[in-house]
Amino acid sequence: MNSRLGKIWLTAGYLFLYVPILTLIIFSFNESKMVTLWGGFSFKWYGVIIHDSEVVNGFFLSMKIALMTATASVVLGMFAAFAMVRYKSFFGRTTFFAHINAPLVVPEVITGLSLLLFFVMCERLIGMPERGIFTIWIGHTTFGLSYAAVVIQSRLLEMDKSLEEAAMDLGCKPFQVFYLVTLPMIAQSLMAAWLLTFTISLDDVVTTAFLSGPGSSTLPLVILSRARLGLDPTVNAIATITVAVVSVGVVAGSLWMSRQERRRAAEQAEAYREGMQAISA
Amino acid sequence: MATPPQLHNGKGTQDMADSVANSTAREDDSLFVRIDRLSKHFDEVAAVDNVSLDIKKGEIFALLGSSGCGKSTLLRMLAGFEMPSSGNIYLDGDDIAKMPPYERPINMMFQSYALFPHLTVWENVAFGLKRDGMPKDQIAERVETTLGIVKLKPYAKRKPHQLSGGQQQRVALARCLAKRPKLLLLDEPLGALDRKLREETQFELVNIIKSVGVTCAMVTHDQEEAMIMADRIAVMQEGRFLQVGPPSEIYETPSCVFVAGFIGDVNLFKGKVIVDEPDHVLIETPECRHFVTHGITGMIDMQVNIALRPEKICLQSHEPTLEQRESPKEQGYNVARGTIDGIAYFGKFTLFHVRLESGMVIKASRENSARHEETQLVRGQQIYVWWDGSDVVVLAN
Amino acid sequence: MSIASSIGNYGIVQFLKRNWGRRSVIGIPYGFLILFFSVPFLVVLKISVSSTDALGIHFQDLTSYANGIFELKIKLSNYIFLTTDPLYIETYLSSIKFAVINTLICLIIGYPFAYFMARSPATMRPALLMMVSLPFWTSYLLRVYAWKGLLDDNGVINNVLIWLHIIHDPIKMMYTGFSMTIGMVYTYIPFMILPVYATLVKMDLRLLEAAKDLGATPWKAFWLVTVPLSKNGIVAGSMLVFIPSVGEYVIPELLGGPSTLMIGRVLWDEFFSNNDWAMASAVAVSMVVLILIPLAIFNKFQSDSGGARGL
Repeated sequence: MNSRLGKIWLTAGYLFLYVPILTLIIFSFNESKMVTLWGGFSFKWYGVIIHDSEVVNGFFLSMKIALMTATASVVLGMFAAFAMVRYKSFFGRTTFFAHINAPLVVPEVITGLSLLLFFVMCERLIGMPERGIFTIWIGHTTFGLSYAAVVIQSRLLEMDKSLEEAAMDLGCKPFQVFYLVTLPMIAQSLMAAWLLTFTISLDDVVTTAFLSGPGSSTLPLVILSRARLGLDPTVNAIATITVAVVSVGVVAGSLWMSRQERRRAAEQAEAYREGMQAISA
Repeated sequence: MATPPQLHNGKGTQDMADSVANSTAREDDSLFVRIDRLSKHFDEVAAVDNVSLDIKKGEIFALLGSSGCGKSTLLRMLAGFEMPSSGNIYLDGDDIAKMPPYERPINMMFQSYALFPHLTVWENVAFGLKRDGMPKDQIAERVETTLGIVKLKPYAKRKPHQLSGGQQQRVALARCLAKRPKLLLLDEPLGALDRKLREETQFELVNIIKSVGVTCAMVTHDQEEAMIMADRIAVMQEGRFLQVGPPSEIYETPSCVFVAGFIGDVNLFKGKVIVDEPDHVLIETPECRHFVTHGITGMIDMQVNIALRPEKICLQSHEPTLEQRESPKEQGYNVARGTIDGIAYFGKFTLFHVRLESGMVIKASRENSARHEETQLVRGQQIYVWWDGSDVVVLAN
Repeated sequence: MSIASSIGNYGIVQFLKRNWGRRSVIGIPYGFLILFFSVPFLVVLKISVSSTDALGIHFQDLTSYANGIFELKIKLSNYIFLTTDPLYIETYLSSIKFAVINTLICLIIGYPFAYFMARSPATMRPALLMMVSLPFWTSYLLRVYAWKGLLDDNGVINNVLIWLHIIHDPIKMMYTGFSMTIGMVYTYIPFMILPVYATLVKMDLRLLEAAKDLGATPWKAFWLVTVPLSKNGIVAGSMLVFIPSVGEYVIPELLGGPSTLMIGRVLWDEFFSNNDWAMASAVAVSMVVLILIPLAIFNKFQSDSGGARGL
């Protein structure tokens, strides 16, 4: 199709994706309390959020929960991925698949509500758990586990099964096969799953709102309560920091990965060329 | 072993054990690997169906068949990746059928090579030795020698993706050989290589295996590969062996129509026996009457196939003379008239398609040994095809 | 652990060991999800049909057994209310309407976008792809919030338009169906672009050459070859946009007006503002039903078309 139309469409599309984020960043450096009226350049709001205990506490709480969620999700998700890829028949396999996929499609308001009612019921029956970090962690892990399972599953599916057989053939017992061969092979997907579930947990607001108790306001909850009331320059400052950290991370990560890939491709081509020369010699 | 072990003064116990093992093995070489009535069923379907086989020590044995014939399942049962549904496998006298793969003194070279991409060549070769708990200095020594055998010493520090296909294959081989297995398994050893590389690699692979002296079982669907590499071949179909024997025997005297067609080109005449004598048979087919100079186990009027390889057929513009015949008795037999339907020039030889008067089209090849053929054959030319009665094989339906 | 399954049993001890490993690999995540996903949903189901005690705090048991009589009490009034009350019916219809509009707009903008991405030089594609997924990694709450600053009466857009003398009085954009739709499209468009791009980039371009060789104009070739071949991407993308849109809470809360009814928001209000747990539960159950319908259609479509994995 028309390449000029293509350029225009892509440019407009990327503007649509990035202009809101850019305005968010620009107005975080606004002196004025009126977020959308420019009152001069200033770092004022960054100073404000550093001393805002609600924001700071929320941030650390969110990080803590995200760390716990990502770790639990990757471990459970790895188990689930193994079960889906490696065990071709077991009792309740179809239901198992449904359980893995369901948290990805069921709206969070439902997951959040049902878990809350469940925890309330538990509390009435056995006196625990109290709402807070623990309940949020469980809530995030239910869907974190599903995301992690999907990511790890796709890596396991593309992995050459004969690698594991070769390891066994060379004398590895089943558990040695797992940590000497399978684990290094899927390590990258474990990392990717960990990062994905970490950001999902860090970002989550709906499930968290249902499961948080008094004194467990995560950063997104703080942002939501402020954003509900209207425009707030501190939210802009938080947004800018988030965007900066994430962009640097993602861009550096993809540059590193594409460089690895290019190097690998070059080495492969070189080996092939050498091999060809060896034949003709 | 006539020399008593006591005379090996100063030698390690390992050597003594080796010599004892050698002496027992020599007593009964044919029983080094013994597969006894082995079957494997997948959901009622028999992938391997009651198969028995002996492999001799130091032999290269090929399982040949098209995909789904059960050859891979049989190999995987030898490696320990599949459990037999019934039957036994003996290796050097031990029953290994129930042993897990990591305890079997057997190593397999995978079709995809299955080199560990996160490890260097050196680490790949050392992988199996480390699992055995071998001391470090011994591992280093063993890896060095093995890499020397496959001529890969300079590549020890490379990762698998930094190697060409042929080099990767040699690493895979070295990884197996380093463990000094009693039995080496090769799964489609040349399947992943370029066509050009194959021919060279086939001989190299045989040389290495023979120089090491390891017993070897391989699986292939490529009949040429099996013929070049193996000492003996088993042709498999639907989980059973159709024929087991050296390559020449399988080619020259196939046991059935399938084997004849699977290995090389063949012309099949269908007809019935009219005279059955101990030293010859006469068979009538629509194309011609056949004089076969060996007896068969059969009877008059039995429906049979006559298999004839293209290169055994002579083409000429006149009927064969008495002097050309193997024996005067064949005069008037083993000859047919036809028209050249197609000519394909292959360099070393030329393949002719000849339409016989019965309507059957046969393939006949002629070696292009002389620079100028005396008689140029052309498409549409009337021609006689004839052959010797000793060159055909009579096969039952 | 994993591989043992394909090997069969080597004896009783190994058999037990293998089964132990296998059982925990399956059982741990399975148990986790049953306990924290399915059971809670059953709790919701139970509460949605339970009657409360006099104080309205404790839910009574559904079943009782006394004097040899087994009693099952199910209260359906919540559901009857849901299906008869015009407000709820309107909310359902409105949720579906917004989700459909959102899906269509994402498709109309996102399909050409993905198409041009897939047809741009191969060296540029990784960067283009990264730029689509980058917002995905940044906080979704903050991206929704960003539109508040743009669309507000005193927002950036109105200020710019007034400054350019195009308008004199600010246009009312915030807290309307318009602002909510824009927020939804903005949030969900990567979910449309990525699967469509994935199918388009894999497409064999020789098919287009063949179509043109056979006399199709570029436009016809696009409609008759490219679009049908990207069907799987379109369906997967549409589901990924539609399903979460139906239950969306944050976007209507931050960008929608009081009149933009969304079921996720109604559930939230029933629970947090009205404290009506039973009603909130009933809304949740009916919402699941609402989502199951398109999902079932999607699954049928997938199995019909040979099952490319979308979700």
